[in-house]
Amino acid sequence: MRLITHNMLSCNIKGVTNGFPLKVEAEKVIEKEIDFNPDFLRHMFAKIEWKALVEAACSLGYAELPEDSPDATVIESAADESLLKKLHHALLELHLEEGALVCPETGRKFPVNKGIPNMLLHEDEV
Amino acid sequence: MWFLCVFYHRLLDFRKPEVEALAELFGEDESLQWRLPEHHHNDTPFHFVQLSSEEIAQNIAKRSILVKGMYELWGEGTCYEELKESIQSFPDSRKLPFLTSDSTFRISVETFGKALTFDEQKERIHSLTYIPFEGKVNLKNPDHNFFLMEMDESEESNGLPPIVQRRIFFGREVGFADRKLLPTFQLKSRTYLGPTAMDAEMAFLMANQANAASGKLVYDPFVGTGSILVSAARFGAMTMGADIDIRVVRDGRGPDCNVWSNFKQYGLPAPVALLRMDNNVPPWRSGLKEIFDAIICDPPYGVRAGGRKSGGRKILRGTVDPYTVPEDKRTGHIPSTGAYSLVECVHDLLHLAARMLVMKGRLVFFFPVLRDECGSEVKFPEHPCFKLVAVSEQILSSRYSRVLLTMVKVEPYSDEVEEAARLMHLEFRENHLKWLEEGNIHSSVFKPSTDSSQIQTESKTFKDPKPKYRGKYV
Repeated sequence: MRLITHNMLSCNIKGVTNGFPLKVEAEKVIEKEIDFNPDFLRHMFAKIEWKALVEAACSLGYAELPEDSPDATVIESAADESLLKKLHHALLELHLEEGALVCPETGRKFPVNKGIPNMLLHEDEV
Repeated sequence: MWFLCVFYHRLLDFRKPEVEALAELFGEDESLQWRLPEHHHNDTPFHFVQLSSEEIAQNIAKRSILVKGMYELWGEGTCYEELKESIQSFPDSRKLPFLTSDSTFRISVETFGKALTFDEQKERIHSLTYIPFEGKVNLKNPDHNFFLMEMDESEESNGLPPIVQRRIFFGREVGFADRKLLPTFQLKSRTYLGPTAMDAEMAFLMANQANAASGKLVYDPFVGTGSILVSAARFGAMTMGADIDIRVVRDGRGPDCNVWSNFKQYGLPAPVALLRMDNNVPPWRSGLKEIFDAIICDPPYGVRAGGRKSGGRKILRGTVDPYTVPEDKRTGHIPSTGAYSLVECVHDLLHLAARMLVMKGRLVFFFPVLRDECGSEVKFPEHPCFKLVAVSEQILSSRYSRVLLTMVKVEPYSDEVEEAARLMHLEFRENHLKWLEEGNIHSSVFKPSTDSSQIQTESKTFKDPKPKYRGKYV
């Protein structure tokens, strides 16, 4: 599971109101290089919850992202690619292979096995 | 600029929508103008289409699956004398640049609905001497490809579109479809397959309808073995898939036989994400919207595979209250699922698409139609955020077909829209009451014919409203 996915998910147990961001419990983290696509990153940047991404990246052992969300103009300008590269690495190259996503409100663990998060709810959570 | 667009004679309903979708992808802003050759039936392989440049025509043809070729028409007629006149009156300024002495060329003869011997073809090519070709012939790799295309008038009974007058076309090829994709991606050589894996040709058509391209994110909420996303990835899109069945999406049939391996097999980038989730209760964070460029899927409509959703009510052994999972059994608990009717499934899909697609994003999905209902107008699902731009039917049996719907997001999602959508859905639900119950579609498709005498009378009076050369009969 990449962090782009983590940034899109929340706990959706019935009655839970603050199911985002899910805490990351990492057991096995791997890195896979993929092609750098600045256009895609710029498009995604506008949709990202920055704080959640920074925290999740830290729990996977990557602390290079700036604490505060960079300005959209910095991302848009082609001048500074180093920040985009970091965003690329955090969003798309870090993988949580084994571990869990934990609901901040209820503590419910959503397991991640073989890189696939299981977000399915139990019968009594729907 | 008008181009002669010649199609493969298959999946007839899908041909023009594919060209239209690709025209938008390659920057054509207005809807396309089409024109039929004189006396031709709409299902003929020959169509004229207006495009703003040769480059667009070439791009469309190259990326398409069903376009045999796009041609600059130099002349046409009902006989070779008429063709000659027509070619001679085509302006020299358009012809001469392609006839120069330093270029190479080839002339091919194509026919539709008939065959010509090699000698007959040669004779026809030699009859074209009135065109001042100066260049050298090169059959392997010519600079310019010319085509002479011929079709005779046909009787209704020979399986070809009716009411066609003999027509001969001569034109210069601008582009053609890369059908080599199909043998490469054919399902029989795919390692991981499921019972409803999407056929490669159809998957590519769906990806084209969705305008899949580099830099875009395409989502399939019923990913299964990933057969649809593979085609989107082939066209350069980033992909994301979800499924409710963990066995399908995570385990596959072994370490090198799962959704990931299907991408690896073709050297395509792996999906950005695979998730196990339920579309009925999706886990998207609140505030997340307009993130996908396209959603492509083949929802489970209960004929070959039925839909499932969370909230099954299987009673756990030893527990009194069937609705509670005991603490000690929570880890590794496999929740039971309940039936998920098509009507509900489509509602959730439209809701998801309305919220998660970018503006002008495309929703492409199959929807089943019972063919005995064809007399009355079929009601397709609707949503105030979407405009239906293409409807293509693929006939699957005499009982039912599936229709590929392409919708474009034209209105942003809001609470007011949601209310309007709810009312539209209620109306749709009203119209599809019998589809709410599990197994109903399945039984309409597979029920045995009731009475043999009835079949006989039926076969006499029953006139298939759809001609036989359509769909899979091709």
